[in-house]
Amino acid sequence: MGVLSEFDSKQLLASHGVQISNDLLVASADAAAEAALQLAGPVALKLCGQALAHKSERGLVKLGLDDPASVKRAAQELLATITAEDGEVALLVSQMVTGHREFIIGVARTAQFGAVLMLGLGGVLAEATANAVFRLLPVTHQDCQDMIHDLDAEPLLTEFRGEAAVDQHSLVNALLAIASAAATDGIEEIDVNPLIICQGQPVAVDALVVTTNS
Amino acid sequence: MTENPTTAAPLELSQLDLLFNPRGIVIAGASTHPGKFGFVALHNVLAGQFGGAVFATNPERPTILGIQTLASVTEVPHGAADLIFICTPPHTCADILRAAADRGIGAAFVASGGFGEAGPQGVELQKELVELAESLGMVLAGPNGQGIISTPAKLAAQIVAPIPPAGHIAVASQSGNLVSAFLNHASHSGVGISRAISAGNAAMAQVTDYLRWFAQDQHTKAMAAYVEGVGDGRRFAAAIHQAAQNKPVVLVKGGTTTRGAQAAASHTGALATDDRVFDGMARQCGAVRCHTIEEAFDAVAAFATCPLPAGPRTVVLSSAGGWGVISADAVSKSKLELIHLPADLKAAIDKLVPPRWSRHNPIDLAGGEGRDTIVEVIGLLADHPDVDAVLYLGMGIQSNTAAHLRSSPFYGEAELDRICQYHERQDSRFAAAVTEASNRVGKPILAATELGVTQPQNPGPATLAEQGGYCFASADRAIRALNHLWWYADWRKRHLS
Repeated sequence: MGVLSEFDSKQLLASHGVQISNDLLVASADAAAEAALQLAGPVALKLCGQALAHKSERGLVKLGLDDPASVKRAAQELLATITAEDGEVALLVSQMVTGHREFIIGVARTAQFGAVLMLGLGGVLAEATANAVFRLLPVTHQDCQDMIHDLDAEPLLTEFRGEAAVDQHSLVNALLAIASAAATDGIEEIDVNPLIICQGQPVAVDALVVTTNS
Repeated sequence: MTENPTTAAPLELSQLDLLFNPRGIVIAGASTHPGKFGFVALHNVLAGQFGGAVFATNPERPTILGIQTLASVTEVPHGAADLIFICTPPHTCADILRAAADRGIGAAFVASGGFGEAGPQGVELQKELVELAESLGMVLAGPNGQGIISTPAKLAAQIVAPIPPAGHIAVASQSGNLVSAFLNHASHSGVGISRAISAGNAAMAQVTDYLRWFAQDQHTKAMAAYVEGVGDGRRFAAAIHQAAQNKPVVLVKGGTTTRGAQAAASHTGALATDDRVFDGMARQCGAVRCHTIEEAFDAVAAFATCPLPAGPRTVVLSSAGGWGVISADAVSKSKLELIHLPADLKAAIDKLVPPRWSRHNPIDLAGGEGRDTIVEVIGLLADHPDVDAVLYLGMGIQSNTAAHLRSSPFYGEAELDRICQYHERQDSRFAAAVTEASNRVGKPILAATELGVTQPQNPGPATLAEQGGYCFASADRAIRALNHLWWYADWRKRHLS
């Protein structure tokens, strides 16, 4: 099994209709600063590469950078942490997506039931929260609506701390789009984590696609 | 025990007819010793007054329970039996199958153990037995199973008790004793069984095959299954989905672990525990998942005795305050809705009882009821268009008092007998009002009291049982069952219409 980089993972998901953060992939600290200007507003800066699936655990993510100088400085710091094992690495500049509510959507292969689709609460806290519901793939539109219902998280779906209610139609579409990506040849597992609710819309902020071939 | 994935294709359902509706049955290995399975199986078939021909084999040809045994299956007249129930040692089963096939017998239930559950040799023996049955065109149930119940055929071919009352619940289980548990609950509650089968090692016929057969069985209204392993999960899910489209399927899954999928490369994989995935599969396929046998029997009995609710709007009627509060707590943890009482309903109740009644849901009549109040209020609630389901609490309280008075040293004085009779008549009327209202308006009207368990002869629960109703053991258990009814009704609306 292999993995796609965050950038490639999100591009693949976007091609199936998943809404993703505005991303620019660059090679240098100067280019990162320029990309931040181009995206406008605060950005997140991450190292991006096939061998960097678990970036946040290594502190390879810098959030909320709002001027080119701090972007450049942060980029230099990140680039300095690269080791030989990290393989080919680039800098990913993403427009910050802010929202209090984070979900996780994913696809796994189980020995007993084959490919399953998951919707869970908690984003980066998902495994600790452990509030997640599953359906066997393929899924219908109704199955996806049921998944949202089964999460039993009504207070998180309505207006929440000044943020708009979750557009459930868009959340269903995100589930269907990820299910459709999973049906592509060579895709083994998918994590979209976190999926942040921004102005009511679910946006994939980080993603990992595991492929059959390395 | 597990569903066995080795069988190439799901069984043709018509083959299972021979298990549940055989023309005649042969007990192979009938015994004169009342402690042996071969005796008990024959005894139960005879005691259950099976309507078809009964044959029994024993090489020494004794007469057992009035049946002249045959030395071997080869002596059974051709075409006289469809089912052979085998209680002989494992290495003898193959020859018996061959002889049975030769006599036109198309189905075998192998009660004998010593197969897949008994080490590598047993596994091999079981594999050979399945291959043989396939080559003979026979359907094989078991081995290592407790037996078959089929009340429409008055068939009780099993090596254990009980013979349950006839009814509309079908049961299939990978554990024999859990079949008995369902049958015991059926016997106690009076909510009866249509078919039940212990799948044993499920070497050929699987629990899912039985469920698919139950789904098209005219005597079955709802089915329950206990499973541990599911074998080929996709095939399992497809069968459950197929059955649930026709009738309610209640599943209890034993042995779910909290382990994630494989050595997961993703968070999703780590969260994909057996338990969560099974849960999602059940919900997707329309099956009601329960976590205990009591919960499962409550649910399947509710499905067998109540119409499905059209919505979640529930009213609790109680003449016993605390149970109303417990119901309200249970409703708040469910997908049901404890409605605000509509003004016209309040006004109608106001006409029947003094103003101290609760005036909100749960309705507590606060002791203000007269002779006809309970019956009238049940009718009002059932008829109201804003009410989808009713739970009535307090049935049997008066008769419990009567039972106490009847055993009192003062019984015989002060017209105690007359008041006892009044109390008992009242509870019978209340129970009858529950079933009458439910039948009249086509809504679920449930009744719950522990007296159904602690004092089953109490005229409240006893009348309910006579009328074909089910007395829930507590308010919270009734609410949980009602929640299952509503979930399934809603699943049908969402997925089938």
